[in-house]
Parts: sequence; C-alpha cells; structure tokens
Amino acid sequence: MTLPYITNTAADRRAMLAAIGVASAEELFADIPPECRVADLGLPPALSEPDLVRELTALAERNRPVDTMPCFLGGGAYRHFIPSVVGEVIGRSEYATAYTPYQAEISQGTLQTTFEFQSMVCELTAMDVANAGMYDSASALAEACLMAAGVTGRRRIALLSTVHPHHQAVVRTYAFGRDLAVDALPPDGLALGEEHACLAVQQPNFFGYFLPEVEALQRAVHEAGALFIVSADPISLGLFRPPGEYGADVVVGEGQSLGSPLNFGGPYLGLFACRQQYLRQMPGRIVGRTSDAQGRSGYVLTIQTREQHIRRERATSNICTSQQLVALAATVYLAAMGRQGLRQVAELCYHKAHYAAQRIARLPGYSLAFDGLFFKEFVVRCPRPPAEVNRALLEQGIVGGLDVSPHVENGLLLCVTEMNTREDIERLVDTLAQIGGSG
Amino acid sequence: MSGGPRQPDIGARLTFDLGKPGRTACSLPAPDVPAAELPPSQFLRRELNLPELSQVDLVRYFLALSRLNYSVDSGFYPLGSCTMKYNPKVHERLACLPGFADLHPLQPPETVQGALALMYDLQRWLAEITGLDAVSLAPAAGAQGELTGILMVKAYLADRGEEGRRRVLVPDSAHGTNPATAAMGGFEVVTVASDNQGNTDMQALASALDDGVAALMLTLPNTLGLFDPNVGRIAEMLHRKGALLYGDGANLNALLGRARFGDMGFDIVHLNMHKTFSTPHGGGGPGSGPVAAKGHLATYLPTPVVDKEGDRFVLAAPERSIGRVGLFYGHFGVLLRAYAYLRALGVEGLRQVSENAVINANYVLARLRQAYHLPYDRHCMHEVVFSGSRQRAKGVRTWDIAKRLIDYGFHPPTVYFPLIVDEALMIEPTETESREALDAFCDALLAIAREAEEEPQVVKEAPHTAPIGRLDEATAARRPVLRWRREGTDAP
Repeated sequence: MTLPYITNTAADRRAMLAAIGVASAEELFADIPPECRVADLGLPPALSEPDLVRELTALAERNRPVDTMPCFLGGGAYRHFIPSVVGEVIGRSEYATAYTPYQAEISQGTLQTTFEFQSMVCELTAMDVANAGMYDSASALAEACLMAAGVTGRRRIALLSTVHPHHQAVVRTYAFGRDLAVDALPPDGLALGEEHACLAVQQPNFFGYFLPEVEALQRAVHEAGALFIVSADPISLGLFRPPGEYGADVVVGEGQSLGSPLNFGGPYLGLFACRQQYLRQMPGRIVGRTSDAQGRSGYVLTIQTREQHIRRERATSNICTSQQLVALAATVYLAAMGRQGLRQVAELCYHKAHYAAQRIARLPGYSLAFDGLFFKEFVVRCPRPPAEVNRALLEQGIVGGLDVSPHVENGLLLCVTEMNTREDIERLVDTLAQIGGSG
Repeated sequence: MSGGPRQPDIGARLTFDLGKPGRTACSLPAPDVPAAELPPSQFLRRELNLPELSQVDLVRYFLALSRLNYSVDSGFYPLGSCTMKYNPKVHERLACLPGFADLHPLQPPETVQGALALMYDLQRWLAEITGLDAVSLAPAAGAQGELTGILMVKAYLADRGEEGRRRVLVPDSAHGTNPATAAMGGFEVVTVASDNQGNTDMQALASALDDGVAALMLTLPNTLGLFDPNVGRIAEMLHRKGALLYGDGANLNALLGRARFGDMGFDIVHLNMHKTFSTPHGGGGPGSGPVAAKGHLATYLPTPVVDKEGDRFVLAAPERSIGRVGLFYGHFGVLLRAYAYLRALGVEGLRQVSENAVINANYVLARLRQAYHLPYDRHCMHEVVFSGSRQRAKGVRTWDIAKRLIDYGFHPPTVYFPLIVDEALMIEPTETESREALDAFCDALLAIAREAEEEPQVVKEAPHTAPIGRLDEATAARRPVLRWRREGTDAP
C-alpha cells in the first residue's frame, strides 16, 4: 500500500537506512521492550479518498443540521451570519498550516492579525488589554477566576447563579485543581465576603437578561476588595454598553458568534480582556508591536515571562495555544462587519427576538418567565413540559429552544438571531399555538 | 511566505487605519419585523470603534499578510515536538459538510446520531491505539488534556483518602507544560534528572519516590527524541508506591501501530490530534487533546463521553467525573479530521507513519553528526536533538543558526529546548517529508556550520531575506504596545 501522505519510496528508505548504518528499520525501534510491542490493532481497514468522502458524507447525512430547519436554540452557541470572506481567509493554508509564531520574521501574518484581534477585543469590551485568545468562553471565565485568586490572594470564587451552568461547571473543575472554593450566589441580596477573590456575572445571563443594577453590583464587589468579572456576548456589544464602562476588571466572552460555525460545540474561542494593571497576571499568548533595526514595524510574542515554557510551575496558566485560526475568523468577521455592521446585526437580533417574545407571550397558556431587559434570548413558560413542546416542534421541522425546566418551571429558553426570518418566527408562533391548544 | 518585495511598512497599517467612514464589507438584510423599543440610552453603546473597509480592501489586506507567513504548505517545518506533518486537504472539505459544521451542540440527540457515532468510534480507536480502556474527547488542547489527566489523578487519590500525596515528579526531559500543569492541579513539582544516556535516572527516581508522590509525568519518547527502555520498571516502581504513571502522548508519532502506552504500564495519557493525527495547527490552535485512561480510572474522565445504549448514541457523564473542562464536548471540528485521518490510514498506514518518521529523524542525525554536537549518541525516535555548542565557541549562537536557516528557505527547528541540552536544536522532520527535502535541509545546516567557521557575521546578522529583520523583543516586553490606538492617544 502506498500512502499519499508519505513521500519516501522503498528505494529511498533503503538508501536512508544504509546512510544511518542499520540493516532494517526495526533496529531503530530496538529501545522498545518486546513486551510493549504490538503487531496489529483492531482498527477498520484503510479507505481510498473517494471511499472516505462517501463514508463521511453518509455519516454527516445521519445528522439534521440546523441550516435545513428553522432553529431557535442558543444557550451558549449561536447561529449568526458568516460573511464569505471569513472562510476565504482562514482557508488559506499560509494561516491554517503554520504553527505558533515562534519565529517572528516568517510569521508576521499570524502575529499582525493577532494584534488586530487584541485591538478589536479591547474596542469591543472597552478594556485596556486583551490576550490572543483562549479555548472557549467557559475556560476563559475559569482562567479569569483563577487570575482573580492570584491577584487578591483569596481562596473563594463567587459567581452569580444565573451564569451558564456549563460555565459554572468549568469554573468548579479549574477551582478543584487550585483548591479554591466556589460559591454560586443568587443575584438578589448578594452576600460577598472578604474571602472572595471575585464576583463573576454573565451579561446577558444564561436566561438572556441583563442585570438591572449593575452599577450598584460593581460598587459592592469593589468595596469588598474583589475583582468584577463579566462574561459578555460579543454580538450584544454592538448595541449595548460595554463592560469596561461599568467597572469590569476582566471581561471574557464566547467568540464563536464572531464568524465561526456551530461545529457541534467546537472549536470555539474564549475572549479575554482586562485592565492594564493585571497585564502581568493575565494567562495566554500576547502579541506586541515593535520594530526591526531598519525601523520597520513588526509584531512578536511578548510578556512571555508569565508563560509555561519560561516560568514552568510558576506560570499564570499552562495554556499554549490561542485558538489562533478561530481568532483569525473573529478578526476577519469584525473587520467585515465594521462599525455599522455589528450594530446592525445586534439590532436585528434585538428586534426579531422582541417580536417573537411578544407574539408568543400573547398565546394562550404561554407567558414570559421574566421581566426586564433582554437581547436575543428569553424564557417562555409553556403550558406543557418543554421537552414535549420541543418534540412536537421537531415533528413540524422546527428546532425549538433549550429546556430550562430544572431552573424555571416549564421554562423554554428561546434564541432569535438575524438568521431567523419573520416567516420562521410566524411558523414557530403558529406551531406553539397548536401545541398549547392540544395540551 | 512567497518572496516579492515587502511593501514599505505593511506592519504600520492595520484595518483600523485603512478604512474610511461610510465603507463596509458586509451585506445584511433589512429588518422584516416591526422595530421594538430600544432601552434607555444609559444601557446602550455610545461609540463602536471598528474598521470601515470595503470588501476588496479587506481581502487584499489579509491576503498580503498571509504571504508573510511560513507554513507547512510552503515548506519544510521541522519544529521539534510539534509534529508539523502535512495536513490532508480532503479533511477540510469534509469538515465543511453542513451535516457536521451546522450542528448545534444542544440539538436533540436523535438529530445528531452521525456526529455521536463518529465520536464514539474515535474514542474506541484511540483506546485501541493507546492500549488503554476509555477515552474522553473533551479536552481542547494538549495542555488542557494534561490538566484533565492531573485532575483525574487528584480525584482518584481523594477518593482513596490519599490527599497527602502532594508531589508530582517531572523528568527534566519532559514537555515544558508539564510543570505548569502539575501546579494548576495544586501539586508541588519535583524535577527528576536524566542520566547520561538521556533516560530517566533510576536512582534519582528511586530517591524522589516516596508516599508523598501522586504521579510521575513521563513524556515518551521524551523531548530528546529518545525512548526510555526502563519504562516498564518505572511503572512498576510507581505502582508499588501507590502512585500513578501519567503519559504525555505528544510524541506518539514515533510509536503509532508499534507500541502502546497501556501495555507499558501508563495509567492516563493525553494525545494531541493536531500533532499525531494531522489536523492543521492553525497558527497556534485550535488543537484537541483527548485523554485515555485505564479501566479503574475511567470513572474520573471529564464530562461528557459518548456511550451507546442499544443502537442509540448518547452523551454521558462518568460517575465520578472531574466535571466539565469546556463549554461543550471538545473540538468536534478537529476530531472529525482526526477520524478521517485514521480511516484513511488503517493499521498498516499508522505503522508506515511511525517507520518513516523514525527513519527520517535518524537520517538527519546521520547527516549532521559530523558538523553538530550530538549530546546523546544513540539512535533517536521521531526527533533528534543537537547542540550548537561547537558553533557557540565561535561566537555563533543557536538562535543565529535558526535565523540563518530562514535565508535558506526553511523554518528553523525548535531551539533552546529541551533545557538540559546547551544551545539545543530540536529537529522533527515527520514522516511526510521526502529524502530530497531532508537532504536540502541538511545541506543548509552543513553550509551554516561552515559559515559559522568562515564568516560568522553572515550568520549572526541573519535573516537577510525575510520580510522583516530581527525584531526588538526587549523593547516589546519593556514598553508593551499591545493594541491599536487612534493616533495621538498612545496611552497608557
């Protein structure tokens, strides 16, 4: 069998083995004790490229992608329009098949676009500095909480109970490593103590709503000597006030909305920005601008004494990668949307979500679970268990919302973005009416 | 990086500088619903400072920058321990199929059975390749895979009432992330020296190993590119003391289809899909770092794993799981490329990968050993580590040699790592490179060795042909400029 991904011929190998001075390749593996060797494995036989395409296409066809059905599912992963230029740029193998830009002179493409990314994240969040990217919003939040513990020397992490449950879970996993306690506090009657390193909130929260008294909250957090961490939806920042303007010390967010497909949950992108004073405690890669001997501007990885390869066990984090290609997608997306486009996307989400919410709230048996300001997600109380409602919607070819009945009785979390047409919304409303009526 | 003159100062102008008010690169639909009332202005954004570019200007900007990058598709990229192999193009096409790319992670399970089947099979195959019993695909990258593994160790010990085991042993030939990972797990790091053969020093290990040790993190083959033949004894020693053997599987390329971590006595191992399984490195991510474990540790794997109930695939949480490590289920878009790679190769293909990877590295070793000091004089596995100590004696540093390689058209190897080799040059050719490519690379390094003798200044001032000269990294770190600012507001 000749593999297309291996270039040496049998004659090449013979010549190379002769140059090495061994009779066979087996001699090169002599250090591996015989009892650790295997001759065969239980794997399926190799496929040619056409057969591979056939098999994977068949596997893909066993799924029902949300581009073929109206979809009202959010909960941390969002359908937003991706301009064609995004795929064109990140598909270039000069970006896709490079590695971490250790050799700056031949990596300026990666480095300069990362500097763009950091700049755009700072603009979006109204923060001073941003890193080059993290795994996803949940791990970015966890790293922010660890950073707060490092900055304050305190051993308890506080977050609001309205933070996405998966984010809370990841914070707990990371906290277990560092032996930190985690308190999930209700938003009303906040009891922050002197032992808390931070308060982490989500804006809008898991249920889609903004905190009503964010100024008072940030004052309380700072009076307690803790850091105020905000996890924000970057699309919402096209329309809503950025966390940097209401006292956030660290802002994290999910960058998937910025030009990446849903991809069944990953790869996504953690946004991470903070105030200047915490720069040297920040986790992750950072790119800075400098110049060469001729005075030409160039970019390098910098402030590396925080990082694992230099600081080893005293590093701020063990993270190495920066989700570079996903961050590049976000950079191209934001450049393509620009000043006007991002606001337009955010407004489309806002108006369509409010239109859908108003229509559904008027249906008999349905109501909105919360009052207050929301962006593109909201919780509807259904006349029947949400799991049944979702099943009935799917039978009609509609992907419904997220069942949040463990948190809100008969609660269904719906998401409406610029990708949902009015026709989609009318179909959802009509189908919900039928489902409600038949219950 | 395709030659051509670099524009005067392309780095001085960002998208922010290139735009003009009123331009746009996107086309969005008009509202088709009645407008809702916006909230009061104190909730709204006053200004959004993003670029305003036309679409053609945007494409040209990012294309021009892409040409300043060196990549696997532009040439030989022998970055040690990074496994920069060729990335098959069919994978990119498959990853874009709507049946994969447009799946929402929270869709009803009955609408994503194909995706779950893929993950289930990949779990099984990775278990088979590593000789371990259970796999979670959730970790987002190698470093997160390590953290996952170390947290599993911690949870396991806690369940046994052995929280007193506070130390993790890390050989000095391990990956740099290992100590940082152990610290994130709340452990104290104890370094174990290597012996003069480049193996774990068995006496040093014996004296460091006591009842306070939780685990040893062993990179195999290690970062010297050497397989430690004592691995079986090491596993035995640890297990006898009640400690676990953790494996950093980043260098699995050397062992594919030939030797298995489980059979050597490892308890938990992480793998790197972006190294061994040919998924594109993306300029620094996204990667993917699945974790494999022995049966008695499977219950601690992160959430979720894919299980099979009858003929249905479901997402499940192992009973004593350390919990979630990411927002959803790992990097599905990366995992499906690894799946395709395994399907294309089969067992015979995997064995060809390891064979050619090891032959290529030993060929480089054989060709360069006269010119460069070889600190551990034995056959290597998938990578070889030289020292630039001879050249340093002439005033030429390894850093200079790396920069000079750029002039010859190659990406430099990993340099100054592992730390135990003075002036280290760590070369990993991978199996996808041809003998001709290796010859050209070795010829360049031999020429540089001669230059270091005869005209060292040429080497010390390299690169001469790159798009930009050596950059002032000291100033970059001392007076950091980390973002664009409008002219005249260059604070803080």
